[in-house]
Amino acid sequence: MDAQLSLTVDGTVHSLTVDTRTTLLDALRERLGVISPKKGCDHGQCGSCTVLLDGRRHLTCLALAVAYDGAEIVTADGLAADGLHPVQQAFLDQDGYQCGYCTPGQVCSAVGMLDELKEGHPSHVTEDLVGEIEPSEVEVRERMSGNLCRCGAYPGILAAVCEAARG
Amino acid sequence: MRELEYLRPDSAAAAVAAVADRPGARFLGGGTNLVDHLKLGVASPELLVDISRLPLTDVEAYDGPDGSWLRIGTNVRNSDLAAHPVVRSRFPAVARALLAGASGQLRNQATTGGNLLQRTRCVYFQDVTTPCNKRDPGSGCSALEGYGRYNAILGASPECVTTHPSDLAVALTAMDAVVVVLGPEGERRVPIEELYRLPGDRPELDTVLAPSDLVTAVELPSAAANEHATYTKVRDRASFAFALVSVAASLDLAGGVVQDVRLAWGGVAHKPWRARRAEAALRDRPFDEDALRAAIDEELADATTTDQTASKVPMVRNATTMTLLRLAEEAAR
Repeated sequence: MDAQLSLTVDGTVHSLTVDTRTTLLDALRERLGVISPKKGCDHGQCGSCTVLLDGRRHLTCLALAVAYDGAEIVTADGLAADGLHPVQQAFLDQDGYQCGYCTPGQVCSAVGMLDELKEGHPSHVTEDLVGEIEPSEVEVRERMSGNLCRCGAYPGILAAVCEAARG
Repeated sequence: MRELEYLRPDSAAAAVAAVADRPGARFLGGGTNLVDHLKLGVASPELLVDISRLPLTDVEAYDGPDGSWLRIGTNVRNSDLAAHPVVRSRFPAVARALLAGASGQLRNQATTGGNLLQRTRCVYFQDVTTPCNKRDPGSGCSALEGYGRYNAILGASPECVTTHPSDLAVALTAMDAVVVVLGPEGERRVPIEELYRLPGDRPELDTVLAPSDLVTAVELPSAAANEHATYTKVRDRASFAFALVSVAASLDLAGGVVQDVRLAWGGVAHKPWRARRAEAALRDRPFDEDALRAAIDEELADATTTDQTASKVPMVRNATTMTLLRLAEEAAR
């Protein structure tokens, strides 16, 4: 079955017809040529397909495109529309990658995660569920656990996200 | 993947009717489990009925004839529920359980009802090239002889030895939560302990719900014990892994005597395991570590293990002891 939908991606509105089995990731990459989100595991385990969807970090592999008609998506590419986003600059400053394949997902996840921190959302390692939360290394590690890096550039990624968290 | 029809009804009743009318129809919520199953071939519905945009997103307190409740709409995302001020302050075990599960991205997508109805992560259930009685009734159980570290130690059957994967469900079981279900015949309230079933000779059924039964809300009873509660998860990695064992516990002490205690285990059975024998052994008695360990051992008396699951017995015993001692320490402060 085909379905019609509209997606706003990095500020551009797209109308497209997709087979209902198409994932959001495949719609972005194969249909719209938006290749910043990457296909890693395709099972929600690696985070390389992460985008900001209606303002929140979101996987695009475990999502059927048809269910996201009308969504507003920002990819790592779109974050740099007016020059590098502070999180992207921090990845450069702190050498937060090696091959770079997971980086767009890491960057989008970090941007969404820092918003969650700002809103005071607790995490698994937060000791006081109702108190103030420090953006410590322990907090950042836990909150970024949905993004894997096969090169193992975690020390740089951690330093970059902590730098961005300090603003 | 087979051809897939898609429908997005504008009411819960219309969604229920759409699934009831069509064998091979399934509800679609956040999709974090079902979309994966479409890819793996574990599920092959003909029709998806998308309920993810229905406005079942409120978290609200209400007073009923049987006390005060917190009603959580089924489409409240796991991250929003864990961050909700009332959940954090009055149902800390629920917030802790949610935060112990999945990743930040997945918690933003996964819904309350979907979390409860997620299916086992048994490697054989997810691998369509292997026999599995839960996925393909009558085909056999590969986990009996194969990789079994995550297998059940309580309530298993020769047909299925898997465990339930949800952290949230374990906390809700300890809290005596009620699941609100809308079916073709109308609405009913199902205590969470009655929602899940043991595998027996029908391991393909995780719950007592029919395919056209839609979970519309979860309700948490206000109780002092639910405020003095927490959730402990033991897993292979520090983050983003399913439980080997987990413990949801609450404790209400007065003068060193147990007034109320609630205990549920994850990772040990086909359903969240309410440890009622241990609770009964502890209630109205002085609280100390020896009594606690004896009570836990009473609950574990029927445990059956293999070489691969033998470690779960001391694991759940120690995790439970640590969790309740910590709650007692907090209460003493």
